[in-house]
Amino acid sequence: MSGNKKAFYFLFIPVALWLFLLIILPHIDLLISSFKPNSGEDQFTLENYTAFFYDKIYWRTFANTTLYAIGVTFLSFVVSFPIAFYLTKVVSPKVSGFLMLLLLIPLWVGELITIYGWVILLGDNGVINEFLKYIGLIDKPLPLIYNNFSMIIGLLYMSMLFMIIPIMNALDSLDDEMIEAASDLGASKWTIFRRIVIPHSMPGIVNGSIIVFMLVIGDYVAPDILGGKSSLWFTEQIYSQFLSTFNWNQGAAFGFLLLVISSATIWIALKISGQKLNKVGEQ
Amino acid sequence: MSHILKLKGVSKYFGDFIAAKDINLSVREGEFISILGPSGCGKTTLLRMIAGFLEESEGDIIIHGKSMKGVSPENRPVNIVFQSLALFPMMNVYENVAFGLKRKKISKSEIKDRVLDMLHRVGLDGFEKKKISELSGGQKQRVAIARSLVMKPSILLLDEPLSALDRKLREHMKVELKELQREIGTTFIYITHDQSEALVMSDRVAVMNRGIIEQLDTPYNLYNNPSTGFVAGFVGDNNRFEVSSRDGEEVVTKKGWKIRKPNLDFDPTVMYIRPEAFIVNPEGEILDSEIFEAQINTILFDGANTKILVTPEGREEILIALPQNAKFQSLKEGDGVKIAVAHNNIKCYKE
Repeated sequence: MSGNKKAFYFLFIPVALWLFLLIILPHIDLLISSFKPNSGEDQFTLENYTAFFYDKIYWRTFANTTLYAIGVTFLSFVVSFPIAFYLTKVVSPKVSGFLMLLLLIPLWVGELITIYGWVILLGDNGVINEFLKYIGLIDKPLPLIYNNFSMIIGLLYMSMLFMIIPIMNALDSLDDEMIEAASDLGASKWTIFRRIVIPHSMPGIVNGSIIVFMLVIGDYVAPDILGGKSSLWFTEQIYSQFLSTFNWNQGAAFGFLLLVISSATIWIALKISGQKLNKVGEQ
Repeated sequence: MSHILKLKGVSKYFGDFIAAKDINLSVREGEFISILGPSGCGKTTLLRMIAGFLEESEGDIIIHGKSMKGVSPENRPVNIVFQSLALFPMMNVYENVAFGLKRKKISKSEIKDRVLDMLHRVGLDGFEKKKISELSGGQKQRVAIARSLVMKPSILLLDEPLSALDRKLREHMKVELKELQREIGTTFIYITHDQSEALVMSDRVAVMNRGIIEQLDTPYNLYNNPSTGFVAGFVGDNNRFEVSSRDGEEVVTKKGWKIRKPNLDFDPTVMYIRPEAFIVNPEGEILDSEIFEAQINTILFDGANTKILVTPEGREEILIALPQNAKFQSLKEGDGVKIAVAHNNIKCYKE
């Protein structure tokens, strides 16, 4: 075996083992168990999948989750784009590095802690309500928490960074002279934004959207802690199948449905926006 | 002839840094004017002020007799061809050229006529549907120029647009650009650090250094009668000699070369002599010249631009251009030669 080959196996085997043992194998196991009845008998059945379509609550929750995830992804783009633009094109690189660091801080403390941070902020006796009471704007606390509003805030907050960074990457390669050229040719700020800046950063936007959509649709913490009774997230259904009703086979089927349908959503989104996955990956 | 552009005492400061100082410049309609200078001399700052991307700290920019104070770039009758060209890669050639026209209230059919006509003028017929990434360097160049010219600007500003091209193509584009300008008749203001581009294309050249215009003149005068030492050194090849003292009617270089220079009304610090001002092995009687013997150190063969380096005994090394003449083909390194240079080709300056 030549040295080159040795080095290749040295690097390849850990990756292959990791992929196989921790990702492929459990998935195969789940896939098999999703086709088995919960009674434990060794036979093939589709009942775990058909249950999804028969029981209204499941597919309604699923549709709800998907729509909300798309909405949060779009909101995330709306909020993140100005931030990314500001960080790459407006402030000096020094300041932008410092601001990036600030953006990363929530990531260091972990999702659970930041979500509880929002509980402190939004609660009935939380910072915002107490402040509004103090300045006399309200006498009863506003219903800020345990509803769809707080859930969306939490999801946005934990996913925003994954939208900002790919867009920043895309904007970084936008030549300032291109913006000036458009302005020199008589284009308004809005036209420059629509015709030059957005098309140029499209790969970054799509890349960020895929990541954010996946993160949001598969998130459990924010909907569970910040969401209300009405805001049922599909991951919570999976969770309860595994840990409340101990119906692992049903849970496995739901897990696969989530994987397949969220992948399909992304595939459709790529087709609609005319982007190619390998191009998006280059960003 | 009317002046299309006037700069009146224009200055630009960035904090303590003076990027441009008291610039006065009048440009005639249809003129091809170059602003030539080393990097950091303020030429790009000047261009950006004319285009409206920078506001002047002092002075006034007047186009067509109207002050441009407070007028935004999109409302000035000037267009700019950027150094990076700044073509829009998300659009094809046609869309690039039509971009500016679409921002105005012009009918679709007129836009189409004007774009196709402009593409024809720059020799890009049939390129409308091409992507920017499919074009060669020279073609991109022409699209960028077409995109600006289709707006029918009063003045076209060009910010070193040839600098990204390789040498052969650059030589070619120089001629092409000059001919295009003559044909269209638009006033061109061309920024460059390449003196050959400036000399070949321009009607007049402004040489800038450290934020000021050192000389504004025709290429011929700039080359033959530079008004300052900087211009003499920057425009074209030149031999520079430090002058250490002045002794009556003679100036003395650092290594002790004495040259008769009567009628100087100042104490020079430098002396410049063009490589082609020297005559090698002169024949017949030579009047009013310095004549000396020297030995050839090196022959720098470069086809039609062949030069020799010679050192007269105990003096500075001199670069001399060899005329393309069969007479000099036999010269070898180490040969002794007789050199003459006319006194009026020796230029003295105080720096």
